[in-house]
Amino acid sequence: MIRSIAGRLGVFALSLLGASVVIFLACQALPGDPATALLGTSATPETIAAKRAELGLDRPLPVRYVEWVAGMLRGDFGRSFATGDSVTALIAPTLPVTGSLAALSLLLAIVIALPLGMVSALRRRHWQGGAVSVLAQLGMAVPAFWAGILLSIFFGVRLRVLPPNMYVPFAQDPVEWARHLVLPVVSLALVQAAVLIRYVRSAFLEVLHEDYFRTARAVGWTQGRALLRHGVRNAALSLVTVLGLQLAAILVGAVVVEKVFILPGLGSLLLTYADRKDVMVLQAVVMLLVLAVLVINALVEVAYVLIDPRLRAGGRA
Amino acid sequence: MGNRTPHTRLGLGRRVAAVAAALALTTLAACTGQTTPGTSAPGASASPTEAPAAKTLTIAAHPELITLDPTAQAPAASAQAQLFNVYETLLKINSDGVPQPLLAQRWEVSPDGRTYTFYLNPTAKFASGKQVTAEAVVKNIDRIRTGQVDGKPVTAPDGTPVPVGAKYSTWMKVVQSATAVDPTTLKVTLTRPSNTWLYAMGDTPGLIADPDGFATLASKSAGSGPYQVKEWRKGDSLVLERNPGYWGTPGRFDTVTFKYIADPNAMNSALLAGTIDIIANEQAPDSLAQFADPARFTIVEGSTNAEVTMSMNNASPALKDVRVRRAIALAIDKKKVLDDVQAGRGTIIGSMTVPTDPYYEDLSGVNAYNPEQAKALLKEAGATDLTLRFRPANLPYATAAATDITAMLKAVGINVVLEPQPWPNWVQQVFVGKDYDLTIVAHVEARDLNTYDNSQFPNYYWGYANPAFNQLWLAADQAPREQYPDLMKKAARQLADDAASVWLYMMPNLVVTKATVTGVSQNQTTDSFDVTTIATR
Repeated sequence: MIRSIAGRLGVFALSLLGASVVIFLACQALPGDPATALLGTSATPETIAAKRAELGLDRPLPVRYVEWVAGMLRGDFGRSFATGDSVTALIAPTLPVTGSLAALSLLLAIVIALPLGMVSALRRRHWQGGAVSVLAQLGMAVPAFWAGILLSIFFGVRLRVLPPNMYVPFAQDPVEWARHLVLPVVSLALVQAAVLIRYVRSAFLEVLHEDYFRTARAVGWTQGRALLRHGVRNAALSLVTVLGLQLAAILVGAVVVEKVFILPGLGSLLLTYADRKDVMVLQAVVMLLVLAVLVINALVEVAYVLIDPRLRAGGRA
Repeated sequence: MGNRTPHTRLGLGRRVAAVAAALALTTLAACTGQTTPGTSAPGASASPTEAPAAKTLTIAAHPELITLDPTAQAPAASAQAQLFNVYETLLKINSDGVPQPLLAQRWEVSPDGRTYTFYLNPTAKFASGKQVTAEAVVKNIDRIRTGQVDGKPVTAPDGTPVPVGAKYSTWMKVVQSATAVDPTTLKVTLTRPSNTWLYAMGDTPGLIADPDGFATLASKSAGSGPYQVKEWRKGDSLVLERNPGYWGTPGRFDTVTFKYIADPNAMNSALLAGTIDIIANEQAPDSLAQFADPARFTIVEGSTNAEVTMSMNNASPALKDVRVRRAIALAIDKKKVLDDVQAGRGTIIGSMTVPTDPYYEDLSGVNAYNPEQAKALLKEAGATDLTLRFRPANLPYATAAATDITAMLKAVGINVVLEPQPWPNWVQQVFVGKDYDLTIVAHVEARDLNTYDNSQFPNYYWGYANPAFNQLWLAADQAPREQYPDLMKKAARQLADDAASVWLYMMPNLVVTKATVTGVSQNQTTDSFDVTTIATR
């Protein structure tokens, strides 16, 4: 068990290290030199050279990489090229925004998808099942940003029942915070729910054909009771995997949705600083997203163990 | 068993997915660098709010400022929000381009045009409460000019130098000395007479900050204007609050917020829903129909200092011949470009000058659209098999115009290789490296036709070198004020005759406000989005 945990941690650390190399190199390979981008039309060969030296860009790549990683291990993500701000200070206020957006979206997606997916599985030969499937197909075809624009125009601009965009911090006004998050959360959640419905459906369809389920029905349990008692836990195993993947997808989707709704989150930060080729900020944000995804993966594995007693007893090789 | 294998496999898959997602994000980020504006940030205009308890005004703008110090860097976004609102100048260029008193009540010019005497308003004081003295103004002029005050470099608390943008210090090079005669009298001696210098004093290079705040300009405002910076929420907004001790007419709003919104549609939605009061620079002219109802919205359309210019590399062998450059100018239907790119809003121009310049003359008729004549000129020049590399900056207006122009040039027999460049690449390869034949970008600085003077700007990317032009510009700048416009017209005409570039159109100043907002400046003659004239019902 302990060896297994140590092994997982090792893989986790190796994944992070690998990701850091890829991210570092990818950011260096971005078109355009940050010093030139900063100087804009006051750039001359001399001012560019001076700026590169000031930003430390004239030093060899491996040195800069090692410094960057060493800094992160100390919790120091470096300073923005453009503004000299600490990257940590830039990122910190965006985390509650993106965090609440992602968490609420996932929650809403589950709340929508679970009952609808079950209905779709149980009533697959009836019109209800067909209707859910059609809706899910439709939902999957709509990109989150498009849903966002439509929702923003309809509820925000036409009906004026909800703010079409922007953000109010929770601490400032909880009610306004919630009102401002409704549309972005819904636009992210709808698409994710559509994807999730299909997984829920197939997970439960599988359960319906299992021996233990037939046995439960044979001893006289209703379909609903058999599903709740035996089905949910078994279906959950494959659903947790999908949810882990979906949370990653939501984080990526949040980048675009934040732009549509002008939310000052991680995604907006990423886009603003990408515009300025501010590599230090980009590296840190992408690294953070990778870390989030890896942590989610780890949590998913923990969830397996909690859900499936068979994994608890023996552990896995 | 059946449950275990699938998620073991997925475990690896998810790790790959994580890295793939990260890479996708990086690529996505790299591909969205489309929002950087022309050679500096665009300017804006202004507007107000309705009348609830606390008077607030929210202005949507783009792009966001990078530093609070408006004199530090070329992009004008910092000056857009702060000039005239937070910082003031000795004189103010009004909406018609005419200098008006501000911190200086009046000024005199010596007969030889080299000495200016400014009489400061004795009541003027900084937000700190200290008087705006002639001595303080001297320190400002010295700082912009040399980066030094009293012979010492200005440094931030951490020891790094407080930078001054080259664009601003260039305007002050003509100053020989500035001295305080008494607390309210300032004498500035120039190395030679200069008409353009006085205009620069009414724009960002001439802004007057509290010398006690020089060290912390990048983090704390130190102006004498009706507002001061309350909070800069990076990546989101800049909040100004009323300066309670303002020496002039107090600001009308308790807070003024510049909200930075990159997406034009999001900006429009916010105004349609009423969550903002003003769009300072409408980026999507074709969407203006949404604001057509005058009971709800006001559209203000005027002029800016931005010439959208198709630069031709005068130094490249293919374009050295003035006949070839003229032929290219003749091949371009500017009216069609303006219609396609700006929905017809803007003004077609024929040289590096805009209607609010005191020396403006409509030169759109010089080398105007005539494809037959273009073909004849190309034949005469022997340029029958011309291939040009067209590298516009990858900005919406530039790439749209470039697509039109490519077709127009092909129609007169010129081969064009179109290669739009992301902004940093454009700066690197085109602007600094001069590796291009044709390009498009908006030149937003005021009165910037001196960039064609290769004695002032020796390595500028135009590659234009004409001593006759340099002399015309200098003669106009040094001339007595009443001759300045006529003489500068000659310089502008020289550029047009030489087809030094193709000036496509003046970028329109497009401001959209709630109908309750009044007083928005129609023309943008400085870097500022001036809130001081704005009121709300």
